[in-house]
Amino acid sequence: MSALPKNQPAGYGWTAIILHWLIAALFIGQFQLGFVMVRLASQRTAFELIQLHKSFGFLLLGLVILRIAWRLGRPAPPLPRSVGRFERRMAPLVHLALYAFQLALPLSGWALVSVSVLEIPSVPFNLFVMPHLPLGESDTAESFWAATHWYLAYAGIGLVALHLAAALRHHFWLRDTVLTRMITASSHRDTE
Amino acid sequence: MYARIFGFSAAAACFAMPVFAAVALGDAAGSYTISPAASSIHFSIGKLGGGGLDGAFARFKGSILIDNRDVGRSQVNFTIFPESVGTGQSRIDAFLRSDAVFDAANNPEIQFRSTSVKRTGDTSALVTGRLTARGKTFQEKFTAELGGLRAGTIKFHVTGKVLRSRYGMDVGTPIYSNVVDFDMTLTGKRG
Repeated sequence: MSALPKNQPAGYGWTAIILHWLIAALFIGQFQLGFVMVRLASQRTAFELIQLHKSFGFLLLGLVILRIAWRLGRPAPPLPRSVGRFERRMAPLVHLALYAFQLALPLSGWALVSVSVLEIPSVPFNLFVMPHLPLGESDTAESFWAATHWYLAYAGIGLVALHLAAALRHHFWLRDTVLTRMITASSHRDTE
Repeated sequence: MYARIFGFSAAAACFAMPVFAAVALGDAAGSYTISPAASSIHFSIGKLGGGGLDGAFARFKGSILIDNRDVGRSQVNFTIFPESVGTGQSRIDAFLRSDAVFDAANNPEIQFRSTSVKRTGDTSALVTGRLTARGKTFQEKFTAELGGLRAGTIKFHVTGKVLRSRYGMDVGTPIYSNVVDFDMTLTGKRG
């Protein structure tokens, strides 16, 4: 049997919690790194940061795939009763969108480096050569994927902001367990 | 035709056999100016996963001096203008010219000054010299193969490997190899 703790019925397990925060930190870090690396005067630092961004991107993609597989195996715990009907309907949609972005963002970055006419190999953390996706390389394709990656990044960070605002609202305004159950693994039933 | 073959053999022999050196070197000896139009300086850097980065320098100058008494005292000097680097990709060219690699604005010349020429075969020699790039100087070795000699023109095929990290150009390693393979054709015109 797996040594990893399982999700508890009324809350998230440690695996889901760790994956959530690890991906959150990586995603926000990647957004900042991506923002900075294309605005640097030093081409050398820019090159190195872009390779780092690619490394973290592949790490992110791996964690996201793991997370989605984990989530498919164990449904999310039910929302507390304090959550209204509108939010109850919206939450799965926003979560689905968040998962879609988590996948689409690193994949669009991978597509971008794959179609680039610069043909710079991807070597995550200098450990191994990650092959390019089998997409034809051209300046047009590179511009397309660069724009796609850019728009997805900004839309994704917007979605994260919305998700964060909702979590804070639950914690400080509605005073329910929606935020805390993603901080500590718990088996206790929600008591409103 | 016979004369041409004979002429080439004589040139080859001048590098091969000291016995004939006095005669043949009389033909080859002298000072040559490298003709950029008939010369090329190509380089190639391997990358992980296969393939590599190929480029060339469009502008360079230099001279070849062949000593008629002692081939070992011959000299090869050349200066490359890194601003003229070309890879077929303008973004890569800009990157190479920038302070990430050549810093061509502050270091407009890469210089090679030979310190010794040692014959290694019938038509080949090992040229040792001092290469200066980005203010750093190291000893490098190049293999020169005589490609032809006639009517005041001498041609060499020069190859060698240079470790770029020593010159402060290690950006991109290990994705891009530290070893730069040079492949040059240097054609000198007498005078």
